[in-house]
Amino acid sequence: MKNKMIPLILLIFAILLASCTPQPSPSEVRTLTVMTHDSFAISEDVIALFEDEHNVRVQFVRSGDTGTALNQAILTKGNPLADVFYGVDNTFLTRALTEDLFIPHDSPMLAQISDVFKLDPSNRALPVDYGDVCINYDKAYFAANNLPVPASLEELTDPQYAGLLATQNPATSSPGLAFLMATIAHFGEEGYLAYWAALKQNGLVVVSNWETAYYTNFSGSTGQGPQPMVVSYGSSPAAEVIFAETELDQAPTGSIIGPDTCFRQIEFVGILRNAANPDLAGDFIDFMLSIPFQEDIPLQMFVFPVNQDARLPEAFIEHVQIPPQPASLPPELIDANREAWIDAWMETVLE
Amino acid sequence: MNRTLRRWSKHPTWRALLLWVLPVAFLAYFFYQPLLALFNLVISPTWGFDLGSLNLDRIWRPLSFTIGQAALSTLLTLILGLPGAWLFARFTFPGKKALKILTTLPFILPTVVVAAGFNALLGPRGWVNLGLMALFNLSAPPIQFLNTFGAILVAHVFYNTTIIIRVVSNAWAQQNIRLRHAAQVLGASPWRTFREVTLPLLKPSILAGTFLVFLFNFTSFGVVLMLGGPQFATLEVEIYIQALHRLNLPLASILAILQLLCTLLITLGHNRVSGLGDVVTSPPAHTLDARKPRTGWERLVVILLIITLFTLLVAPLASLALRSFVKLEPTRGERGEIQRGLTLQFYRELGVNRRGDLFFVPPIAAARNSFIFALITIGITLSLGLLVAYALGQHTAINKFLDPLLMLPLGASAITLGLGFIIVFNRPPFSTLRFPILIPIAHSLVALPFIVRTLVPALQDISRSLRNAARVLGASPFKVWREVDLPLLTPALLVSTIFALTISLGEFGASSFLVRPEYPTMPVAIFRYISQPGALNYGQALAMSTILMLASALGIFIIERLQSPGKDIF
Repeated sequence: MKNKMIPLILLIFAILLASCTPQPSPSEVRTLTVMTHDSFAISEDVIALFEDEHNVRVQFVRSGDTGTALNQAILTKGNPLADVFYGVDNTFLTRALTEDLFIPHDSPMLAQISDVFKLDPSNRALPVDYGDVCINYDKAYFAANNLPVPASLEELTDPQYAGLLATQNPATSSPGLAFLMATIAHFGEEGYLAYWAALKQNGLVVVSNWETAYYTNFSGSTGQGPQPMVVSYGSSPAAEVIFAETELDQAPTGSIIGPDTCFRQIEFVGILRNAANPDLAGDFIDFMLSIPFQEDIPLQMFVFPVNQDARLPEAFIEHVQIPPQPASLPPELIDANREAWIDAWMETVLE
Repeated sequence: MNRTLRRWSKHPTWRALLLWVLPVAFLAYFFYQPLLALFNLVISPTWGFDLGSLNLDRIWRPLSFTIGQAALSTLLTLILGLPGAWLFARFTFPGKKALKILTTLPFILPTVVVAAGFNALLGPRGWVNLGLMALFNLSAPPIQFLNTFGAILVAHVFYNTTIIIRVVSNAWAQQNIRLRHAAQVLGASPWRTFREVTLPLLKPSILAGTFLVFLFNFTSFGVVLMLGGPQFATLEVEIYIQALHRLNLPLASILAILQLLCTLLITLGHNRVSGLGDVVTSPPAHTLDARKPRTGWERLVVILLIITLFTLLVAPLASLALRSFVKLEPTRGERGEIQRGLTLQFYRELGVNRRGDLFFVPPIAAARNSFIFALITIGITLSLGLLVAYALGQHTAINKFLDPLLMLPLGASAITLGLGFIIVFNRPPFSTLRFPILIPIAHSLVALPFIVRTLVPALQDISRSLRNAARVLGASPFKVWREVDLPLLTPALLVSTIFALTISLGEFGASSFLVRPEYPTMPVAIFRYISQPGALNYGQALAMSTILMLASALGIFIIERLQSPGKDIF
């Protein structure tokens, strides 16, 4: 008698499974999917320009921070979730290239971009924007406490700055990784661990991601946390002015510009191998490198456009400090040592 | 041919095999296949992994931390839970029923909500810190709770005290009072009676509860990730970081296998000791009735215990719910005067796409996704659970082999499951499905052992003579099932439904691996919102947590109403 119920259960099960199959929406407008990281932002009307011209709908898929977004792209590369991947930076570039994530795209727009940004000669990964990871400081705190703002990496180990700096775990955060790179560029592979040990000795605060560090730990932003210095971006002070609750003439925070205190990040875009719409993907990349998109970048993502003809907005020019000599490391060196550096860092700082 | 088939189908072994086909196929494909793939990955050369180069420290460190924190958390849980069990077993007091439901709530609450609750109470924007800052005019939050070891311990105690209270107080209440009287008549002091009669009788239930609590602490993920910060990583968190942040799949796999072995040992230990307790559980006629506390000393202890439990269990949840209705800080980008006070803004904002964000997935869509996933989970687990329960009801030797096979997923962590899934199902047919069916499948694997444990006893309780009577009266087999089995199973089926619902709604570990960015679940969305800037995102995270908490509370309330007294799922 129990066997009679099996067909019934099978039926229920089959209906349930069947109900989960996808229902593609019937429309002639094609959809281009762009996979990117959580901090990606762009104006709606700029995207509308592209959508109207190509009769396409652009769908953005945000997939975590720089590292996790890229790793998800790699883990699903056999059957990509998107056509375009935007947001791999120079600290992860070689991982994307070794994993053979992208197909080459010789964009005509590359002519308008300086060669210093073109780190992949075969144009699988094309530069879109750049910015600097710098230490931000809370101007009010330093003024109220009569403290001089530290001017170099070395000064941060001075006892008068004990417990004042918050940074991110480089294993889980891209600015954290960039700042680690800056210290390696400055102190060399033999010296950076001793420096981090000294920072730890001096009460360094480590959190998991940029959001926590900036909005919870940093005293200069909305969270009004306990640390007046934080590893963030050179453009964060401009963001403070633009997002301020009351109108400001001057940024409440500043960036520490000294020898190797900032690390330059360049962000790249590429067409994912096995993408469903490689032709559209190429068109979209050309669009990303063209003036309308490039000029929208600064106030949306607070980084600089790579297209040398793109003009910068006033607020940006006024409040963003550009380090004359940002720290940098060759991508091949980064790729060969990234994981070992992070492991050594974790052993020194977290244990 | 037909006759042989019919004869076969009457034989219990064949009948059991037939019933087992679908569940075993499901487990083999969705559980054992990913697991084997993990094993395979560790020894495969494609990832250029060399076991010899492995730094054992990288394995030992998360392992020792996981064991250490689990042991300490379990100890603290016992310190609070055992007096709690004593309170519930021995005394009556006003509000006992309400407190009992409250103590059950944490067990079913998603870790993300628990973390959000503690964040709302003790975090830098939490009530306590905001209150102290206003009171003493401080510029920075005075209490550092987040990212400390203490935060992990407190959250674990909050989470698991209820298990100890439930398991031990049930055993305590059902103890035969005559044994104790006998001891007293023979001249034993109350202390000696406790030590030599009560305690030995309680030992199996205390041990079973301890194993269970240790298991949950051992596999803790959301709590450690959200409250512990970068200094602390359990195996579960380390697997997640190694796989998704570091792309070190071999190390992640090794840790996952290690975790599987450990949890398996713990589960075996638990099965062993919980079996001991079952021997004497025929409802004893002479149990000790709970009574009012009599002496002044008793009253004091009881009141202190009630206050402690109430504070621990209610404060984080209440501050979470309250905070989701109160506006205290300006939202980012908001100029001018801040309107402080009660607000529904965070709930309204859940459906609003501010700033015309192009790639905005409204948080309310996460709620919809979660409920769809939960419905599918219910469908899968109930169908498979019924099949397994009926199969286990057949008297045949193959059940001995297949039963442990089913229970093994209990030992596998959600993160391990998620990791195995992305390795194996990253190709057609699954990767082509835009609908992320893998999420409810993972939830089903987690929930299935619980469902089976609920259904099997209910099925055993159905008297054979009822079915025979129906058959003699001419009912067809299907009619017998519909008119006899189904009505009698209904309460257990409802409890199973709620179990599947709450497990699926709250599951975070496997989901965080499998969620496609365009289909976030509620816990995943809460996790994202709570780490985003500004008061608005924070408020939205809390609003969603409150919704999730209410849904779970409703579930536990229904379970309490449907469950026959004395039968607990644990």
